[in-house]
Amino acid sequence: MQFIKPGVNIEFVGRRFFFIILSAVVILIGIASLLFHGGLNYGIDFAGGTLVQVKFSQPTTSDDIRNALKGLDLGSSTIQQFEEASGEEFLIRVEKSKSNLVGLSDEIKATLDKAYGANQVDIRRVEMVGPKVGKDLRRQGFLAIIYAMIGILIYVTFRFEFKFALGAVVALFHDVIITIGIFSLLDKEFSLSILAALLAIVGYSLNDTIVVYDRIRENLKQPGKRSYEELINTSINETLNRTILTSVTTILVLSSLFFLGGGVIHAFAFALIVGVVVGTYSSIFIASPIVIAMKGMKIFQGKKRSRMST
Amino acid sequence: MIKSIKLRLLIVLITVVLAVLYLVPTLTSNLPSWWGKILPTDQIHLGLDLQGGIHLLMEVDVAKAMEATTDRIGGEIQSLLHEKKMDFVAVKQVEAGELSIKMADGVDVTEVQSMLDKELPQWKLMLVQGQALDYKVENAERRRIEKMAVEQAVETMRNRIDQFGVSEPEIRPQANNRILVQLPGIKDTKRAIELIGKTALLEFKLVSDKINPRDLESGNLPDDIEILYQQEYDPVTKKTIRQVPYALEKKTLMTGEYISDAKVRFNSRYGEPYVAMDFNSRGGKLFDRITAENVKRRLAIILDNHVYSAPVIQERISGGKAQISGRFDAKEARDLAIVLRAGALPAPIQILEKRTVGPSLGHDSIRKGLFSMVIGFILVVVFMVFYYHLSGLVANLALVLNLLFIVSILALVKATLTLPGIAGIVLTIGMAVDANVLIFERIKEELRLGKTTRAALDSGYAKAFLTIMDANITTLIAAIVLYQYGTGPIKGFAVTLSIGIVCSLYTAIFVTRLVYDLIMEKKSLKQLSI
Repeated sequence: MQFIKPGVNIEFVGRRFFFIILSAVVILIGIASLLFHGGLNYGIDFAGGTLVQVKFSQPTTSDDIRNALKGLDLGSSTIQQFEEASGEEFLIRVEKSKSNLVGLSDEIKATLDKAYGANQVDIRRVEMVGPKVGKDLRRQGFLAIIYAMIGILIYVTFRFEFKFALGAVVALFHDVIITIGIFSLLDKEFSLSILAALLAIVGYSLNDTIVVYDRIRENLKQPGKRSYEELINTSINETLNRTILTSVTTILVLSSLFFLGGGVIHAFAFALIVGVVVGTYSSIFIASPIVIAMKGMKIFQGKKRSRMST
Repeated sequence: MIKSIKLRLLIVLITVVLAVLYLVPTLTSNLPSWWGKILPTDQIHLGLDLQGGIHLLMEVDVAKAMEATTDRIGGEIQSLLHEKKMDFVAVKQVEAGELSIKMADGVDVTEVQSMLDKELPQWKLMLVQGQALDYKVENAERRRIEKMAVEQAVETMRNRIDQFGVSEPEIRPQANNRILVQLPGIKDTKRAIELIGKTALLEFKLVSDKINPRDLESGNLPDDIEILYQQEYDPVTKKTIRQVPYALEKKTLMTGEYISDAKVRFNSRYGEPYVAMDFNSRGGKLFDRITAENVKRRLAIILDNHVYSAPVIQERISGGKAQISGRFDAKEARDLAIVLRAGALPAPIQILEKRTVGPSLGHDSIRKGLFSMVIGFILVVVFMVFYYHLSGLVANLALVLNLLFIVSILALVKATLTLPGIAGIVLTIGMAVDANVLIFERIKEELRLGKTTRAALDSGYAKAFLTIMDANITTLIAAIVLYQYGTGPIKGFAVTLSIGIVCSLYTAIFVTRLVYDLIMEKKSLKQLSI
């Protein structure tokens, strides 16, 4: 069987301006959302603070918990029900950056014990990140993405040409920025594991892009009088079936993670699903048109012929 | 590619058998006794997020260590000056790493200078002003002292944790004077943190008998006197009820460094716990001298700037023993004995990051992680058969082997499996079939061009090979960067992802090709089910 019938030639390249504008609009919306929210909704990994995951033996409500904790001066804090749990499990997040963050979880535990009775409250997880570490983690995460891109730029330049490498990296930036934008739009928490997901997306989307580029390189070697645009469009079509298939299998396993993997992994799986969809889109609609656009520029013209004819 | 089918089959069989052997110790805990003699027993370790435990990132306050060293050097300079009969007015610490020496009138400062240059080459003269000399520590020496402080803190923590009894603790120095501690399986996190983080600096100081209560209250005290407090706790709530001030002579007579052993004992009358300390021979002699010189005076026992008790010295104590009593329960007494035995931290530490996972959550995570892995796996397997028919089965065989190899390599390199690590495996399942998809799509194209089955297979594999390599190497670059810059759980994800990529190259290209060749050898296929 075949998703895409052989010989099909959908016009992607001809409509490239439409898709480039579409992407630009989505990116702008994301940036607007970031500006509106005043940056990303950083989780405690990056912002510093304390997160306590509590499980009660009886269902309760976040208002009751807030009441019970009233005596503790928690500053700005959020109490929310843990995803997929049925009213027994809650996340208490305290953004206070006071020096005694370390003992805070113990205070919370003691106060809840008093309010709900002994052995009714199980502290399942505590995460305390000091403001200093949060800053370090942010910087490291940023560096990781930059270094990954530089590494990729070098490898793809070495294997293909610089304009392909640039196209691939622009597509990656595109994927990362759109995923971040979607996180901002949905006001989802941006944590260390989401950063890991972003890097996995970089890897995945690149994989897709390289497959298309590889086909372009192969078709360039073939004799014939096709125009550059035509040739790229054919290459995208020829690999389209594979692009869709791989996205389907990857999304199959990711949905399994998303629905069944448990609350801790939920947001991570969500980021990956978004990234795979955006990454698939970008390797079809964005990465190759950029190569065409750059071919139009004088700086990339001279070298091309000599390199490709070998 | 190796031509001989038999040789390739042998390679695959050997790798599969090895993988299974490496996997067995992880799957079952009761191995026969002969197993360990010839076969691997390494297991996959579960990360803190899966088995519960504490992750701590701490920073050693190296400035405090520098201060203490500066004080010590100041003392050394004083005794040197005494020895050489050079009169001085004062030797004072200006700041950590900087000392000012004021010599008495008439002393030749150049002589002092040449003496100190010889005795303390790591300290450099900054300024001479009349009879005053200003010395500063060299940068290299400062760094050495800071590094020593961190190393010593790591060593002390390791001692304490060993005595506390934790299986497979991890204590590692990090950049920027930081220390990473991971304690799997710990339940009482609060107690563990107190045990690790306590500075435990034990000091003996004399209670001053020249200070009247009024001066104590007003704080109007001479330079060589300081006030420290004794905390009185409510035995039930552990809250401080009262603080009793003590006026102490600043000079530390003795510290905990001479302790050779510390044990919990129980008071015979009330059954209250106390900690009995034994000093080593040097400490015993020192304690003997201190007590002999100060009979009838009060000696305060101070731990981390809190007075624990201040008994009156009734008579000279020569046995090399002392005890700390206070209002603590048996658990606290036991932990105090541990920290006294293990020694004090060279400087206070600050906890920068703390992550604890309860065992119940870890258990849930394993269950859900594995469940989602199995379901994801089944979904992909079914999809592949649905789409590629019999060739889908070949790809599925590769997928099963891929999973087997990933897990056994994790055991081989003694990797730690974390929840993001499981996610990495799940993601790899989705991406591993990609290589086969690329190959199969290529074969289909070749078949459409009218090639024979054999020729289509050959050129399909050949043409897809470079694409697969390029695509996977770039993904591997991202995974390696992730490993380099990631912390804790992210590293786990990067490890499984990298191993998965490499394994998938082997299974999806080498193994599946072998399967086709084996089939073709038996009968020449007219049609490929793909």
